[in-house]
Amino acid sequence: MRDFLLRSLKHKSYKFLAVGGSTVAVVALILILGAQKNFGPQQYGQLIVAGLGDGAIYALIALGFVMIYTVTGIINFAQGAFVMLGSMIAVTLYASKIGGTGATGLIVAALLAIVATTAIGVIVERLTIFPARNADSLTLIIITVGVYITLQGLALIFWGSNARILPAFTTVATSDLIFRPGGIVLKAQSLWIWGTTAVVLALLMVFLRRTLLGKALRACSVNRYAARLMGISPSRMSIFAFGLAAAMGAVAGIVLAPASRPIYDMGLKLGLKGFVAAAMGGLVSSPVAVLGGLLLGLTENIAAGVTKSGLKDIFAFIVLIAVLLRQRRQMGRGLE
Amino acid sequence: MTLTERPQKRYGSIVVGILVLSVIILVIGWLESAQPGGLNIAALTGGVVTFDTMVRIGILTTAVVGLNLLMGYAGQVSLGQVAFIGLGAYFSAVLTTRPSLIGASGLSGHWWWPWLLMLVGTVFTGGLAYLVGRPILRLRGHYLAMATLGLGVMVNILFRENLGFAVDKVNITGGSDGIYGIPRLSIGSWDIWPIERYYYLVWLVAIVGILLALNMVKSRSGRALRALHCSELASETLGVDTARYKVRALVLSAMYASIAGSLYAHFRVAVSPKPFDFGASLELVVMAAVGGMASVWGAPFGVAAVVILRDLLRTHLSLVIDAVGGAYEVVAFGIILILIMIFMPEGVVARTKEVVRRWSG
Repeated sequence: MRDFLLRSLKHKSYKFLAVGGSTVAVVALILILGAQKNFGPQQYGQLIVAGLGDGAIYALIALGFVMIYTVTGIINFAQGAFVMLGSMIAVTLYASKIGGTGATGLIVAALLAIVATTAIGVIVERLTIFPARNADSLTLIIITVGVYITLQGLALIFWGSNARILPAFTTVATSDLIFRPGGIVLKAQSLWIWGTTAVVLALLMVFLRRTLLGKALRACSVNRYAARLMGISPSRMSIFAFGLAAAMGAVAGIVLAPASRPIYDMGLKLGLKGFVAAAMGGLVSSPVAVLGGLLLGLTENIAAGVTKSGLKDIFAFIVLIAVLLRQRRQMGRGLE
Repeated sequence: MTLTERPQKRYGSIVVGILVLSVIILVIGWLESAQPGGLNIAALTGGVVTFDTMVRIGILTTAVVGLNLLMGYAGQVSLGQVAFIGLGAYFSAVLTTRPSLIGASGLSGHWWWPWLLMLVGTVFTGGLAYLVGRPILRLRGHYLAMATLGLGVMVNILFRENLGFAVDKVNITGGSDGIYGIPRLSIGSWDIWPIERYYYLVWLVAIVGILLALNMVKSRSGRALRALHCSELASETLGVDTARYKVRALVLSAMYASIAGSLYAHFRVAVSPKPFDFGASLELVVMAAVGGMASVWGAPFGVAAVVILRDLLRTHLSLVIDAVGGAYEVVAFGIILILIMIFMPEGVVARTKEVVRRWSG
């Protein structure tokens, strides 16, 4: 009986019905909960804007996870630290007026922050991942976790536990330009975040598909051994992947900085959510990771909006566990 | 540790080990409380090794022994182990201070009520671990690490957010302030307090925990777990029901953690979400790694090393460098963790043993 039920549920048409039914149920639940708080289209619009803003950041972080995982097979728990470093270094450089004040100062600070974070990514790879490249995955996980703790501790030493401020890109001032389409508050910085995610994804796709270096990276992710026979050094590709992932993390941190006040311990949550987004694409697909990021941002903002704001992170982890369990079927049991 | 190793039951070493550990515990307890000839351990170690430290080490040892079974023997990463400690602590805390929640106001006056709650909490946490474990443990490696990390963070948020109750009048976990006024443990009218009594209780639990763990490791299921660690596929071919053993290891480790949590709640007489955050989970992993993942004897050593080192760094490093809220200690911690995982992934104890063996020929 149970088998029969399961089998019929797996039939295509029923599967379609089940997916459709649960979607309707979830939407209905959201509307009912929202109605209790007197939510109108404007409130939902606001939640969607906020969700897409968060989501684009998660997407950028997810790209870093995908980059390192495909090339080295490592999940870099320290990815969130690169985001934090990017924004904190940018804030400090801007405050030190190294490239002058105003817009030029901001651009110089941002570029230098990306370079610095990339350098840190490369150093981290050489000092911790490279010496342990033959260790098992448990060891590597704990090592990247150790890297995260160390970087966060260093950040606490350098910057203290106060939140910082980076001016908004459009106005180069603390208060941002605000649009109000249909009563929804839309900050100009959100547009910067969406634009940056789109540009980074596009550049990454062109780089991976059109350039020799990008192709070498992909070759290394498909088959390390074969790549080595072709004269590609997996060790060099590993450095390169870490550098690139750190740069992408830094970019995420810098565009995020004006929208949220950067602080030394911001990396953990961002890193975890980036991972959730990356896991939606099985950690190997960049476009799916970006979509996953947006979806995650929407889910947690809408769910928290209709329930309780303190529960926001819980929804992200419910999504995480649901995604991981779904992935399991695709990953199969595989040989060790 | 190989699969072909003959399953010897060398109970002699267990007896000797337990005896040595017990003697160490008794001697430290005696030195701390009697202070013969004005010898003050706390003063000698710069105020670090006190009863308070030793109690914390004992409690954490219980939790780490459980984590060892899961990570070292079954080879399943758990970055959310602190969630189980938190569940145990909160179970005891909530029901000793607010027994009316389950309509047991009449029972709370009895001395055995906290003990009963400790046991029920352990079963409860184990049951929860079973429910969570069935689906989660099908994941492996990185995925499992992330999933357990997510669970740990989730449980911590639930504590902070009052179990997600939207109505703020129903106060169960006390939000981010936590719960105060948890009663001390007692047997009849004999209180297990001042701290030296609690110290012996905590270590009694830890030693019983170690004994049970060693017994399990040397048994049939212990060998099955080790086989699982080496190769899940191979052990399945040999007829090991891997799914069942993995879940069993998780449930067992959760129960160890829950007992540790209850002991913690009655020790601090207050609980709050802060000590059960992600950092604490990591600390547990560091302790297990320092002692050696697959080494029950490593657990007390690893815990003691980490706790004492951290306290020393906290008290002394801040004298040398003008530290910001324990930041240097965190950095030192991270670096030590990385170094240990790179150079001696099998733990300090096993590595030292190996070096000694090589030098002695």
